[in-house]
Amino acid sequence: MEPRSRSFYVLSAFFALFLIFLYGPTFTIAVLSFQGPGGGLTFPMRGVSLHWFRDLFEQQAVGDIWGAFRRSLVLGLTVMTTTVIVSVMGGLAFRKRFAGSTALFYLTITSLVIPSILVSLGVGLIWSQSGLPVHWSTSGFGAQLTWTLPFGLLIMFAVFNRFDASFEEAARDLGATPWQVVRHVVLPIIAPSLIGIALFGFTLSYDEFARTLLTSGSYNTLPLEIFGMTTNVTSPVLFALGTLTTVFSLFIVAVFLLIAWAMNKRRSRRGSDAGKGDL
Amino acid sequence: MRKLPESVTAWLLAAPMAIVLALFLVAPIVMIVAVSFWGATEWSIYPAFQFDNYAFLLTSEVTWRVFFNTIKYAFITWVFTLGIGFTVAYFLAFHVRSQTWQIALFLLCTIPFWTSNIIRMISWIPFLGRNGLANAALISAGVIDAPLEWLLFSDFSVILAFVHLYTLFMVVPIFNTMMRIDKSLIEAAVDAGAKGRQVLRYVIIPLTKPGIMIGTIFVVALVMGDFITVRFMSGSQSANVGRMIQNDIALLAYPSAAATAVVLLATVLMIIGALLRFVDIRKEL
Repeated sequence: MEPRSRSFYVLSAFFALFLIFLYGPTFTIAVLSFQGPGGGLTFPMRGVSLHWFRDLFEQQAVGDIWGAFRRSLVLGLTVMTTTVIVSVMGGLAFRKRFAGSTALFYLTITSLVIPSILVSLGVGLIWSQSGLPVHWSTSGFGAQLTWTLPFGLLIMFAVFNRFDASFEEAARDLGATPWQVVRHVVLPIIAPSLIGIALFGFTLSYDEFARTLLTSGSYNTLPLEIFGMTTNVTSPVLFALGTLTTVFSLFIVAVFLLIAWAMNKRRSRRGSDAGKGDL
Repeated sequence: MRKLPESVTAWLLAAPMAIVLALFLVAPIVMIVAVSFWGATEWSIYPAFQFDNYAFLLTSEVTWRVFFNTIKYAFITWVFTLGIGFTVAYFLAFHVRSQTWQIALFLLCTIPFWTSNIIRMISWIPFLGRNGLANAALISAGVIDAPLEWLLFSDFSVILAFVHLYTLFMVVPIFNTMMRIDKSLIEAAVDAGAKGRQVLRYVIIPLTKPGIMIGTIFVVALVMGDFITVRFMSGSQSANVGRMIQNDIALLAYPSAAATAVVLLATVLMIIGALLRFVDIRKEL
């Protein structure tokens, strides 16, 4: 291999600085959440303790964060499942020609770029004017889908752009019905990408703030609860909560990555029967 | 069983997506446009067809200042995210040689995207605050005598937070486009005598344009539609259009909020529409 140029080292340093910029603040609050009981929002550390994490389990210190966490979890899982199913169907639809496909595509892009507060305001207005009670599981759920579905559909485009259609042809030549082609050929091939869509669906919903603001009703989701805390909580309990929910997000990411990795591994082991003789 | 015609199958498959978007995107927009012509008293809103909200909005000097501020945030954030995002993507795509490292470092760049934005904003407090790490470091280094007041709750911290949150949206599409550049094009340029900088200028940058456009669309849309970052990081001292809308909502002045929202949506869609002319998103993914 040719030797590294000088620009490689300059760019490596730049990249390292970027990572520090990206992770430094999060790391700082992780450290500060172990503040001693007398410590504040900034350094210096006044002792090391789990005091603020214990506070998270006391209702009077933080309000209903565990209820908010439960709601966010349920909502995230519902949005995730819906996003995967609707996006895959949409992705399959866009491989065919149909009237209105261009309009639907631009609608999806609009859904992606529209300022979130408009969705929040519009859905909130429709619900209030028609006398329905806004609730995170109805209006909040729909408002979040306008954010997760575009990502899901764009991932499906990326997947099908790289999809080798000759597998489907082969299956059809062997007499598979359209449903069998989807079930036994297309879905297994795109399965790892579905993990990606699920990850987007869950985390985008779990962290969503603006679109849920006016559509979740009187029961807050976790991001709304955390934002409420920023205005009236000025102790490191905020950092403890931040650290805990970040750890939770990282855990979710790790789980999804592991599943995708395991799927890929299983496929490369089973994908080919070359050299095994007649089966 | 008779086979359904192709277009019917396609329609059925696209229907759930279309229904969700009709209910939660199109209907809300229609509702906002309608309400923007309504009237309001101090405690309620009533259906009407009047242009008062727009007249008030467009003749107010505050509106223009706030719109200008919003575009200023978008532009400055765009410059920084593009500069940083391009450099990072370029390093990953052309200077990291092993594919495993490429994937690992790329993942490292994208992981924060999956954590909460609000927490990521909060995490700047111990860094930028009056007694924060930045001030402490600068004072002990002898650069300044008294703590800088403008590090937190200022335009500086707003833009810092935007860059922190949204550089990812530049890195990912630019990296994606760069990975699809045929390496033999670069070899050809080098063989023809191009130096590193010329390769960058005449081969890589032109071929990366679609990725840059997609990143730009994301960053511009996210910054222009934001209200929470500006509110939190400026300590409610700066305004953008999103905050204007949110203030009206807090005062239950929905018609006025709706009129502002319509103008904002029109602005954003015009900018994004112009950008979309330069890139075919479906092909570039």
